[in-house]
Amino acid sequence: MKNIVILGAGTAGTIMANKLAAALDKTEWQITVVDQEEIHYYQPGFLFIPFGIYTREDVIKPKRDYLPPGVNLIMSKIEVIEPDRNRVKLENGKVLPYDFLIIATGSRIHPEETEGMLNGAWHKNIFDFYTLEGALKLANFLKYWEGGRMVLNIVEMPIKCPVAPLEFVFLADWWFTEQGIRDKVEIVFATPLPGAFTKPRASHFLGNFLEKKGIHLVPEFNIERVDSSKNKIISYDEKEIEYDLLVTIPTNMGDEVIARSGMGDDLNFVPTDKHTLQSSQFENVFVIGDATNLPSSKAGSVAHFQSEVLFENIMRAIEGRPLQPKFDGHANCFIESGFGKGILIDFNYDVEPLPGKFPLPGIGPFSLLEETKMNHWGKMMFRWMYWNLLLKGSELPIQAQMNLAGKRL
Amino acid sequence: MDVKQVQLDAEGFLVDYKEWNEELAKELAKEEGIEELTDRHWHVIRFMREEYEKTGQVPTIRRLKNAGGIPTKELYALFPNGPAKKAARIAGLPKPQGCV
Ligand SMILES: Cc1cc2nc3c(=O)[nH]c(=O)nc-3n(C[C@H](O)[C@H](O)[C@H](O)COP(=O)(O)OP(=O)(O)OC[C@H]3O[C@@H](n4cnc5c(N)ncnc54)[C@H](O)[C@@H]3O)c2cc1C
Repeated sequence: MKNIVILGAGTAGTIMANKLAAALDKTEWQITVVDQEEIHYYQPGFLFIPFGIYTREDVIKPKRDYLPPGVNLIMSKIEVIEPDRNRVKLENGKVLPYDFLIIATGSRIHPEETEGMLNGAWHKNIFDFYTLEGALKLANFLKYWEGGRMVLNIVEMPIKCPVAPLEFVFLADWWFTEQGIRDKVEIVFATPLPGAFTKPRASHFLGNFLEKKGIHLVPEFNIERVDSSKNKIISYDEKEIEYDLLVTIPTNMGDEVIARSGMGDDLNFVPTDKHTLQSSQFENVFVIGDATNLPSSKAGSVAHFQSEVLFENIMRAIEGRPLQPKFDGHANCFIESGFGKGILIDFNYDVEPLPGKFPLPGIGPFSLLEETKMNHWGKMMFRWMYWNLLLKGSELPIQAQMNLAGKRL
Repeated sequence: MDVKQVQLDAEGFLVDYKEWNEELAKELAKEEGIEELTDRHWHVIRFMREEYEKTGQVPTIRRLKNAGGIPTKELYALFPNGPAKKAARIAGLPKPQGCV
């Protein structure tokens, strides 16, 4: 029996397990998946929880329900990867030898990386919404809040779902309007980036939206510390922003197991080939999803596009054929913009988001780099697609590689 | 070798990092509003170049802190307003990759 071991049963690990189980001969290959938690979180849903649109139950399901029969699922923390010896050690004492390893351990927030962040005010008037716990506590806070200055701060890049912070302030603008307290709330968007977003054209477009909605943009703000006794955040170059409510996107890092195994960069992301998804160091190790160090967005849609390329390459590696450099950095993100509307952006390593129609050129039904009601429905439909198609590794009506057709240059 | 003789890209970063020398660094620093390069500046610049030669990548601010032992606060004081970009330019390296 030969072994494929998949580390992490989140978005990417689950998709890979489904794709491989459907294709590999069960008498020849054992697929083993390791994760430390029984629950699969629909992380894109965390965004909606602070505003009471989704509840806890809307974003959790048992991991086991999404893995195919025949796959060996082990619930344990991963202790260390030993790539020189082709094996993985688990906290429960098990040692897993592998012929091929897929790392899909994702990324998590680390509020302790910022001085003062956890000093007493954490989850009192400082919240994150990148964890279920943070999103639920923020929902509870907002229910009773009477207004003041809300500051959203991105600590440093890269973060997963780089559009989520923008969506948060757009939704907040809508929600405070609904509550009848918009005139009592000042919204500030403080980011280390030079503008609203990373790519120039989208940044300009989204920047205009901030302005239209009366959200104050503070670019190039690199936070050094939080002074929670005075309710202010302070940057490395001594700029200060006062807040009544701080919503933070803390430093995002890969899992500590990557550091323990000596396989990561300074943020514990695994150096990975941009186009083949093979580890830069080890031939029989592959990396997918948020765990990579790639300059593509850390998003579920990206993990899905990567999975098509990675599946093909694992099959090739098994047969000893050369890998295909087919991942182009393709990302496709719905941006919820409030008041029942949304924006859609589609881009890759080389081509920034452009206007046009998607996925059918000239037809749509979605509009790129434009705000429409249909795009909002796309975002809401994504949850159904995620649980019913995406995780199962089914074909989606979207190509893995970005398509220039239907776009206006 | 001075700024007029080397090839710079559209944003003023050196095209070939091997064309760099200390005189050039001093000139680039002046363009960035840094009149004099102190020992600490040179420490940062040398570390960045060494890392780039080893890894082919411009080190991040976090890398400078973890591996170079350069506190981020000091880095901002040495190279005000965007230290990652500024220090890379003075060290003759390409513009640090933006994130997505
Ligand atoms: C607020 C928010 C909004 C988002 N919105 C969107 C969106 O609209 N669209 C979109 O496409 N994406 C969105 N994303 C991003 C998306 O959720 C992630 O990019 C995606 O889930 C990444 O998948 P992954 O498999 O790489 O990591 P994950 O799904 O995070 O899975 C990693 C798994 O590895 C396990 N693991 C890690 N370390 C260990 C260990 N040492 N031992 C055992 N198990 C371990 C974890 O338990 C976890 O199950 C959003 C994310 C957030 C937080």
